[in-house]
Amino acid sequence: MAHGPDKGLSRWLFTTNHKDIGSMYLWFSFLMFLVGGVMALIIRAELFEPGMQIVDPNFFNQMTTMHGLIMVFGAVMPAFVGLANWMVPLMIGAPDMALPRMNNWSFWILPFAFAMLGSTLFMEGGAPNFGWTFYAPLSTTYAPPSVTFFIFAVHIMGASSIMGSINIIATILNMRAPGMTLMKMPLFVWTWLITAYLLIAVMPVLAGVVTMMLMDIHFGTAFFDAAGGGDPVLFQHIFWFFGHPEVYIMILPAFGVVSAILPTFARKPLFGYSSMVYATAAIAFLSFIVWAHHMFTVGMPLFAELVFMYATMLIAVPTGVKVFNWVATMWKGSMTFETPMLFAIAFVILFTIGGFSGLMLAIAPVDFQYHDTYFVVAHFHYVLVPGAIFSITAGVYYWLPKWCGHMYNEVLGKTHFWLAFAGLNITFFPMHFSGLAGMPRRIPDYHDLFADWNMISSIGAFLFGAAQILFLYIVIRTIVSGRKATQEVWEGSHGLEWTVPSPAPYHTFDTPPEVK
Amino acid sequence: MADDCDEQVSDSAKKPVEEQQSKFIVAKLSALAVAMFVFAFWVMPPLYTLLCEVTGLRKVGGAYTPVANVVDESRLITVQFIASQNEAMPWVFKPEVFEMKVHPGQVANVAYLAENPTANTMVAQAVPSITPYNAVNFFHKTECFCFERQPLAAGESAELGMQFIVDRDLPKKVKTITVAYTLFDITDRTGNKDQEQAAQEQTKKPSLALR
Repeated sequence: MAHGPDKGLSRWLFTTNHKDIGSMYLWFSFLMFLVGGVMALIIRAELFEPGMQIVDPNFFNQMTTMHGLIMVFGAVMPAFVGLANWMVPLMIGAPDMALPRMNNWSFWILPFAFAMLGSTLFMEGGAPNFGWTFYAPLSTTYAPPSVTFFIFAVHIMGASSIMGSINIIATILNMRAPGMTLMKMPLFVWTWLITAYLLIAVMPVLAGVVTMMLMDIHFGTAFFDAAGGGDPVLFQHIFWFFGHPEVYIMILPAFGVVSAILPTFARKPLFGYSSMVYATAAIAFLSFIVWAHHMFTVGMPLFAELVFMYATMLIAVPTGVKVFNWVATMWKGSMTFETPMLFAIAFVILFTIGGFSGLMLAIAPVDFQYHDTYFVVAHFHYVLVPGAIFSITAGVYYWLPKWCGHMYNEVLGKTHFWLAFAGLNITFFPMHFSGLAGMPRRIPDYHDLFADWNMISSIGAFLFGAAQILFLYIVIRTIVSGRKATQEVWEGSHGLEWTVPSPAPYHTFDTPPEVK
Repeated sequence: MADDCDEQVSDSAKKPVEEQQSKFIVAKLSALAVAMFVFAFWVMPPLYTLLCEVTGLRKVGGAYTPVANVVDESRLITVQFIASQNEAMPWVFKPEVFEMKVHPGQVANVAYLAENPTANTMVAQAVPSITPYNAVNFFHKTECFCFERQPLAAGESAELGMQFIVDRDLPKKVKTITVAYTLFDITDRTGNKDQEQAAQEQTKKPSLALR
């Protein structure tokens, strides 16, 4: 029964192996991360000084739009799906995902979606230029013709996410090793189970809203057109009904990764496991009733502003539970600071900063000042870069020895961490100040007043970009020529994934392990 | 849900059971995905409209039910008229008077001037907005050009009329009501019928298209 992988290209095209598909997801997301990163650097290069230097405003807008779309849908989401593919079966003692063929399909439609999205850059009228939130009527009445390709690309990405989620839920609910009850599952599995439900609930809403755009543009409906009896504000409601859960889709798996790493290097079990599970579920529930805090300035009744403001602030409670649990996990632990641990600790600190600026934005009366400024940009980059990106990076360093059987170089790893840590803070911390001073987002030129902050941000951005090239080098070097990793890899590691040899064989857990 | 079954079933019998359970889960989750699409596409827009109507957020005047018309001469309300064109709209569009003082209950008339300076026949639609919010329910339009589409041939101009009554129940606080019209170009969505009609009307005296 046990057989190795096929030879050549067909191994990757036709594979149904969760490890192969996980690796492809991770490599694809890294490629997208670099593409989106280059776009970010074009933005930062233009903003290095006031005035117009490098690109014209329309291309600048295309860059902000494509950077957002590619990072959200191409880098962060596929990276987490890749981690889930690799680790969920190993963590629950399953031989593979529940639906291996669908797994293959949900990966392989992604490159087509992003090829379609990327091709809009070369079309007449240019790529989408209306911001990653594609508010109507910017994305309908005033959109470039390429918007139709954007819509179909989003449809395909959505289909991929929904299939991937169904697969993950079926695997977790159905294929756990005997004895592994739900409350014994590693937290990464728990957070992914809840994330998958979020995805299935909101990706169809995204598909719905782009379909309405499609019909407004081509079939004469007027969902979002005031002249025909529609309402552009409706677009914002539907978009953020998808968009806010989407934010948690990008952060809940990160919570899971960090909850796996911190206990390993603190050499203590995770503090408050069950409260972590309930907090994750609470955050997921709350994510559905807070969407309008993205649109405080749209002209809602006072009552609605209050409801959404209080509901939003409520999220700080389960999130606080998590942060305190992580701190308590490290408290009096025998901590060592290997690269994954450094990234995980940075996650806890910097994500909390992003959470606090989120609380500031949640206060409706002051949001009128912060709305659409660089303060918002600083906030969501502080939750997404040290939140999602750092946790993915931490997860890669943490599990890479299990995947390829080699240890990475610790000195290089730590160098990567400190470069990325410095780059990130130099880039995004000044944005808080330029934002509070009133610098609007998505504008290629700005008042001289903001010049210093922007120059610092741009320098940090190139530093952060360089750190990621080092990351690529470290990963390739580890795969090709690292020193041999042990089965446990880490002194304090525990869990089923560390009971298989390193590198993990092509087929694992053909007979389910017994969990006590 | 799966774990209590797993322990009871023997290893050989487990595979088909597992597959069956997988199919059930897939069916349930796919149904959820479809339901959410239906919710977004067919439920959310009407729900939103309903909510706006219930809360009065999008109410821009409505049908007037006549009652014995007594003019309240103790109060004088200032009604201001604003006319603006949607960005892409080349028409000239403005009210004949910018302000008018009326008693609540009094029937008043105002006219707007519209001119199509382009070389093409165009069709326009005016979309009204009334402020302040607590006057919205008390401003009744009995006749209005905004009830209908406005076709104008190239170079043609027209006087567009509106008849209104300010309700006697208008809150005491309100002294000024602002009526703003935005003119949208809807030529593209109206097809040939309206243009032919416009061409015919060109020969006649410009009609006020009042109902």
